[in-house]
Amino acid sequence: MVCAGIFLVVAGVLTYTIIRFRARRDDVREPAQVYGSNQIEVAWTVIPILIVFVLAMATARVVSAIQNKTAPANALQITVVGHQWWWEIRYPALGIVTANEIYVPVSTPTNPAPTFLKLQSADVAHSFWVPQLSGKTDLIPNRTNTMWIDPRGEGTFLGNCAEYCGTQHANMLLRVIVQSPQDFARWAASQRENATAGAGTAAGRNLFLSLSCVNCHTVKGTGAAGTFGPDLTHLMSRETLASGVVPNTLENLRAWVKDPQVIKPGNLMPDMQLNQRELDEVVSYLSSLK
Amino acid sequence: MATINYIPERVSEQEARISLPSKLHEWLVTVDHKRLGLMYIATSLAFFCVAGSFAALMRAQLAFPNEKLVPPDVFNRLFTVHGTTMVFLVGMPFFAGLANYLVPLMIGARDMAFPRLNAFGYWMFLFGGILLYFSYIGGAGLAGHGTAPDVGWFAYSPLTERAFSRGTSTDYWILSIFVSGIGTTASAINVIATVLCMRCKGMTLPRMPLFVWLMMIVSAMVLMALPPLTAAQVMLLMDRYLGSHFFDTQAGGSAILWQHFFWIFGHPEVYILVLPGFACASEIIPVFSRKPIFGRAAMVGATVAIGFLSFGVWAHHMFSVGMGPVSNIFFAASTMFVGVPTGIKIFNWVATMYGGKIRFDTPMLFCIAFIVHFLLAGLTGIMLAVAPFDWQLTDSYFVVAHFHYTLLGGLMFTLFGAVYYWFPKATGRMLSETLGKWHFWLLLIGFHMTFDTLHFAGLLGMPRRIYTYAPGRGWATLNLVASIGVIVQAAAVACLIWNIVRSLRKGKPAGNDPWDAWTLEWATTSPPPEYNFAVLPEVRSSRPLWDLKHPEDPDWKYE
Amino acid sequence: MTSTIAIPESEWTLPDRGRVGVLCLIATEFALFTIFVVAYIFYIGKSLTGPTPRQVLDLPIWSTICLLSSSITAGRAESALKRNSIRTFQIWTAATILLGLEFLRQTAIEWIHLITVDHLTITTNLFGSTFYALVGLHASHVVIGLTLLTLVLVLSLRGAMYGQARRFELLTWYWHFVDAVWVVVFTVVYVIGR
Ligand code: HEA
Ligand code: HEA
Ligand code: HEC
Ligand code: CUA
Ligand SMILES: [Cu+2]
Repeated sequence: MVCAGIFLVVAGVLTYTIIRFRARRDDVREPAQVYGSNQIEVAWTVIPILIVFVLAMATARVVSAIQNKTAPANALQITVVGHQWWWEIRYPALGIVTANEIYVPVSTPTNPAPTFLKLQSADVAHSFWVPQLSGKTDLIPNRTNTMWIDPRGEGTFLGNCAEYCGTQHANMLLRVIVQSPQDFARWAASQRENATAGAGTAAGRNLFLSLSCVNCHTVKGTGAAGTFGPDLTHLMSRETLASGVVPNTLENLRAWVKDPQVIKPGNLMPDMQLNQRELDEVVSYLSSLK
Repeated sequence: MATINYIPERVSEQEARISLPSKLHEWLVTVDHKRLGLMYIATSLAFFCVAGSFAALMRAQLAFPNEKLVPPDVFNRLFTVHGTTMVFLVGMPFFAGLANYLVPLMIGARDMAFPRLNAFGYWMFLFGGILLYFSYIGGAGLAGHGTAPDVGWFAYSPLTERAFSRGTSTDYWILSIFVSGIGTTASAINVIATVLCMRCKGMTLPRMPLFVWLMMIVSAMVLMALPPLTAAQVMLLMDRYLGSHFFDTQAGGSAILWQHFFWIFGHPEVYILVLPGFACASEIIPVFSRKPIFGRAAMVGATVAIGFLSFGVWAHHMFSVGMGPVSNIFFAASTMFVGVPTGIKIFNWVATMYGGKIRFDTPMLFCIAFIVHFLLAGLTGIMLAVAPFDWQLTDSYFVVAHFHYTLLGGLMFTLFGAVYYWFPKATGRMLSETLGKWHFWLLLIGFHMTFDTLHFAGLLGMPRRIYTYAPGRGWATLNLVASIGVIVQAAAVACLIWNIVRSLRKGKPAGNDPWDAWTLEWATTSPPPEYNFAVLPEVRSSRPLWDLKHPEDPDWKYE
Repeated sequence: MTSTIAIPESEWTLPDRGRVGVLCLIATEFALFTIFVVAYIFYIGKSLTGPTPRQVLDLPIWSTICLLSSSITAGRAESALKRNSIRTFQIWTAATILLGLEFLRQTAIEWIHLITVDHLTITTNLFGSTFYALVGLHASHVVIGLTLLTLVLVLSLRGAMYGQARRFELLTWYWHFVDAVWVVVFTVVYVIGR
């Protein structure tokens, strides 16, 4: 606003100057040689200083209001860990670990339920940004940052990593799903469960556990406890795969396990070189992880 | 105008018949400040075309959502090399080139203080530049699949550490900037020594042209601002090759320390880039308004203030790293205060035009556009300085638009103006006005198509440095328009190049003083001889040629 | 047309470009050292593993004395050269070089001890990284200074330094600067950092 005002004033004077003082062809005399004026210099030093002063005060108020806010007792605490190119989401109090999709309860004036985030990184610097919910805060290795969001409406909000972090920075997407408290409680309860062993997937399960998948992925209730890649315990409860690159459909899941480098070139999950049968079995097992 | 006694006799015509190899040899071994200056500027324009073409490729990739033209790692190299080139191989050498060519002429000297150091600086810069591009073939493969750096122009650690950046690409980034930085430092020392020690009689510091003042201030800033970058780069190299832990977060090192060091360099750097632009505008605007610059002393003072303040604002690039509220507020406030001296400069330019008789030749058009662009760019800068605003907009296309407004709309516009203004001096021939107007208007239109739209893309949440984006977020149209704008800009740049090539042969002879200007460089022939002036001039005011042309009302009466 | 303006004959003196150049050089070097010092201070006490400065560093009193007194001898050499007494100049220059060499020798001894006995290398911890970087950067400047001084000595033995006091002065400025930096390094590394 202030900026727009300043722009209009200065641009106005400039335009006037340009139009009024065009040189006319026939006029060869030099104009009056004016060298400057101290009063004017002082004026256009002092006025901007005053404007800047006001702006700085306003900024200071907002900054401290945002940064000095402390978490109320009922606030949901979430830890977000950035990885090259996906998000690890932990709810320490609820014992939930998931990836790339953050579920939070809606916050209403009568029943405020802000969510406080602890931001960390496992490798390089990332930045947490969901434009419609809040500004950015970086996730920096060897350091814990905090921020909070206070979502006032239900729905899905898209976000992304906003600090360049390597090849697939562009596809380090994020979604925040704001739900009614009841829906959120239901979601949390189901996420706490161990992995469900779907009927007829025993072969796939054994195969999965015998492959090196377990070095990178966790499936709660099985021997798979890797932490390099996303937790797969409730894989099918997520809307997207590989931090928002593709919708979580059976074809996409299959394509992903077949060769993740096609869908998300350069990402850190290698092509596992499974043959057709293995692929079928593993995917049918994964698709049972509700 | 009668002849002025500084003008040398025309040297014999035998010059023209020197064979090509020996001419080439002459340029290679030259220590003449004018030749080195032209070499700097030509090289810098060449790098501008290369980096601009990279930008065009990026825009092509971003024109439509989910496009597959450029793979991700290639794209990341593109913007890294684009940014690095534009800052270190276009902006910096342009400064060095202008300073080299014009400072001795403007202060009535025969050469720079250290001619050989000057040549050394140029070759270091060129070597550094070549090193950056050599990475494309020096690495693993060809055709953009080499190991060009892909860490962004500010190369945040720990992405640059061995663990995350294998191979040699980051080393190319470090070394090329390091080497060209040595060249820039050499130029800066040279400029300061020249200005302080080589002025002609009567050229007291208060009488120096603003251009010279600003170049000296820029040089002083270079001396203080480059070392933090150099130091940080040395630390990074040690991390990568000697196994130290400066930025190694696994061993307790800090990822933020690099950011601090980089921006302690980086923010002064952006003023180092733009002040030469200010310097050109401060020469061109008065001449084409037919009035002396309004508030000379205030202009100098404001520039010095910018120089000092700019070392105290760096963390406005780091509002989102989680600093405490006190630091955030401090850096927000200090950043806004830089707007005050910058505003003084803008007001003084406008006041110079006010009441003048403005001639709209191409150099002046560029300068007027510059004022408007810089005003807007500065105000978006102030918006970014409001920390809560920045949390929303940092690392989005809003920032990209902000700094292209300063760098392209501000810096490059004045530099193009400078090319049109001093080309006659350097070559003895005018650039074509028609092509110049085409260049100006196409660039203006293309620029606004590209970068106005990108502000809105940023406001709509588009992050920077993404090689692709999904449809449906409202960015597609804006990006398409932005990409089309690049075609228009490229046409504009092509006009400039064609204009230069054509005018070198067929341009209208310029004479010594085509713009009826007032500083000393116009007192000698175009192009000036190697020794610049037949007799070293003596001056009594800041506009020596005005004094000569208007003996009835000379400037020195008012000093 | 000759200039119609009568210019009053007045003194027109400008600073010496060599001096300005060297001062500029010193200014950027100063900025360079500042950053290394800041990095050192920033990482004091942040190492995750030992050894710590307290365990392994001793106050380098003797080498400090050597380096600081070499500034005095350099000054003597300079004034001798101004008086054109080349012999005295050579003696003081040689003394300066010897003192500088002794400083380097002490540093070498310290480093060898640190590496072989205390097992502190640049890779050990943050202290090692910052210590070797800062002290090494300073030592490299001592080496540069000594090289130049030796060159001057050789030149003067061949009779080429006669009347070059102004140039030698620039070298002594540089040398004083290297000394001054040592005072800072000493304070930061051996006093504050311990
Ligand atoms: C030539 C280069 C240049 C210049 C001159 C500027 C000038 C300014 N810049 Fe800009 N900036 C960049 C180049 C430049 N910048 C670049 C390259 C980046 C991005 C780096 C990267 O991340 O890659 C950047 C990023 C950047 C950021 C960080 C954004 C982010 O990444 O989060 C900020 C935040 O404060 C900022 C602010 C400013 C301000 C306040 C000015 C001020 O100096 C502007 C002052 C001018 C005016 C204010 C207008 C005229 C004044 C008046 C008419 C007076 C009245 C005004 C008032 C009273 C306010 N800039
Ligand atoms: C001086 C500085 C400068 C200049 C002039 C420019 C000019 C341009 N920039 Fe640049 N840009 C930066 C400095 C600059 N940039 C920096 C510092 C970054 C940050 C990098 C990073 O994030 O690390 C950046 C990043 C950047 C991005 C963001 C990339 C990303 O975040 O993903 C984009 C995207 O649109 C872009 C576009 C452009 C365009 C379209 C131009 C156009 O104006 C270019 C116009 C020029 C041409 C189109 C060339 C014309 C050439 C010819 C016509 C060839 C003719 C040749 C012969 C006849 C031989 N730039
Ligand atoms: C070297 C480590 C590694 C191995 C081995 C590995 N993965 Fe992954 N996996 C990852 C990483 C890293 C990601 C995240 C990729 C991204 O989004 O950038 C991932 C992502 C996934 C996803 C998508 C998860 C989500 O939430 O979107 C699935 C499904 C998956 N892996 C299945 C498997 C299967 C099945 C195997 C074995 C056949 C396997 N992975 C082996 C590292 C690994
Ligand atoms: Cu993570 Cu960008
Ligand atoms: Cu800045």
